[in-house]
Amino acid sequence: MRREVRLSGFGGQGIILSAVILGRAAALYDDKYAVQTQVYGPEARGGASMGQVIIDDQPILYPEVTDPDIYVIMSQQGFEKYGVRAREDAIMLIDSGLVHSRPRCRYCDIPATEEAKSVLGREIVANIVMIGALVATTGVVSRTAIEKAVLDSVPKGTEELNAKALQRGFDLGKRACNL
Amino acid sequence: MSRVEFMQGNTACAEGALAAGCRFFGGYPITPSTEIAEHMARALPKRGGVFISMEDELGSIAAVIGAAWTGVRAMTATSGPGFSLMMENIGFAVMTETPCVIVNIQRGGPSTGQPTRAAQGDMLQCRFGSHGDYSTIALSPASVQEMFDLTVKAFNLADRYRVPAFVMADEIVGHMRERVTIPDAVEIVPRRKLEPGQLPFDGGEDGIPGFAQFGSGYAVHVTGLTHDERGYPDTMDAEAHDRLVRRLIGKIESARFDIADYEVENPDAETVFVTYGPPSRTVLQLLHDMPDEGIGHLRLRVVWPFPEFALSVFANAKVFLMPELNMGQMAREVQRHVDQPVIPIPKLGGDLHTPAELKQALEAYR
Repeated sequence: MRREVRLSGFGGQGIILSAVILGRAAALYDDKYAVQTQVYGPEARGGASMGQVIIDDQPILYPEVTDPDIYVIMSQQGFEKYGVRAREDAIMLIDSGLVHSRPRCRYCDIPATEEAKSVLGREIVANIVMIGALVATTGVVSRTAIEKAVLDSVPKGTEELNAKALQRGFDLGKRACNL
Repeated sequence: MSRVEFMQGNTACAEGALAAGCRFFGGYPITPSTEIAEHMARALPKRGGVFISMEDELGSIAAVIGAAWTGVRAMTATSGPGFSLMMENIGFAVMTETPCVIVNIQRGGPSTGQPTRAAQGDMLQCRFGSHGDYSTIALSPASVQEMFDLTVKAFNLADRYRVPAFVMADEIVGHMRERVTIPDAVEIVPRRKLEPGQLPFDGGEDGIPGFAQFGSGYAVHVTGLTHDERGYPDTMDAEAHDRLVRRLIGKIESARFDIADYEVENPDAETVFVTYGPPSRTVLQLLHDMPDEGIGHLRLRVVWPFPEFALSVFANAKVFLMPELNMGQMAREVQRHVDQPVIPIPKLGGDLHTPAELKQALEAYR
């Protein structure tokens, strides 16, 4: 089954990296097919950022995302630009401390940035917390696959921190979402 | 053991070049091709190769031509505005029969246009952009795997036919990430060496002269002026010029059956899509979604020399539909070869045709 995931936030949060990690997990460790794309423009750090991943058991022919069924939204601007038109049966994970709007579709509040800051002590791993929650709630890739993909995508010396962030994401996703 | 990676198209292009033995890159960074230069800058020194960040694109292609004459496989990568700047020396590479690979990650033009968005607007420029009559080879990848595979192939074709070979990709395939299988070794077709007693610009039977590599003992004059088989300028002799230009074109055009690389689906179809690059994938999706409609598809991986014989495979064709990320550049070429109507389906702005758009076009024209 073809699943389309869209991630949005602001430049600097690691939105594109999250999309790459998700695609990597599917394509290299789950034996599925994945195409990862991003909005590529002149935006600077702080501007709206958006990355997308298509995951399928079959080879992916048309490579662009048309109507995502899964959203990860990590900024208010990202919601307004890339999330507000989500179709009603989509699922949206929202960084609840950063986004005040809520969509018409099913959604799930994940205080990822708050969690990263207060519990893990590093705001920068908020995106990894979000990925953990995404995998726990949607099963779009397997847990083993995402663990491997995170570990080979993060800088050396930060593996433990990122593994912890991913674990916190799993826990938050399981606890907060009853989708 | 081959390795499997999840990688960006531009990186796969650079990996293809390295696998093909490319050891020289001369370039000037330009969006959306820059990742190729970045990857080569990191990788080449570790392999004993040379990366030069040149002062501009005129210098880039000149350095590539010079490097190629020392015997290495050499390349550059650019996009629209840089490609335009390379045109004069691309003609020099054609005239001096210098094997080299030029990658164009196409973006929206004219001029600086849309630096970050995809287009296929340079498909005629890569064939006709330099002055004078000539022929070249151009390939068009539609996936990250093909960014790797067709870059390797471009090096082999450039060396085999002693001509600049173009990888005419675009921002979509350059920046998307997909799984790529990178083999341990790829097939390498070497340059034919000049044998003692042969003249350095005598094409022989197939029109392709042996290569008198600099430093290999030959004293060879390499010039963009019209030259004789020895390489000496001979600019007033009409017959010499006619012979040279006809050979430069003939060595490519007479080999177009060997160079051709394409896929055919539903050869009995009455309605046939002709595609190259990313729009192919929209058509593949359409064929997958509408398997009983009997839609034909010709997908070109080699665009130039144009394989007109592939069109005649579709004996029942009533109409050819051509989705391109331009105003119908290759549709003009297809129309030259068929009596049936050829309908361009242009898409400008940077997005790929959606399956719904092509379905609409199908209903309108079939």
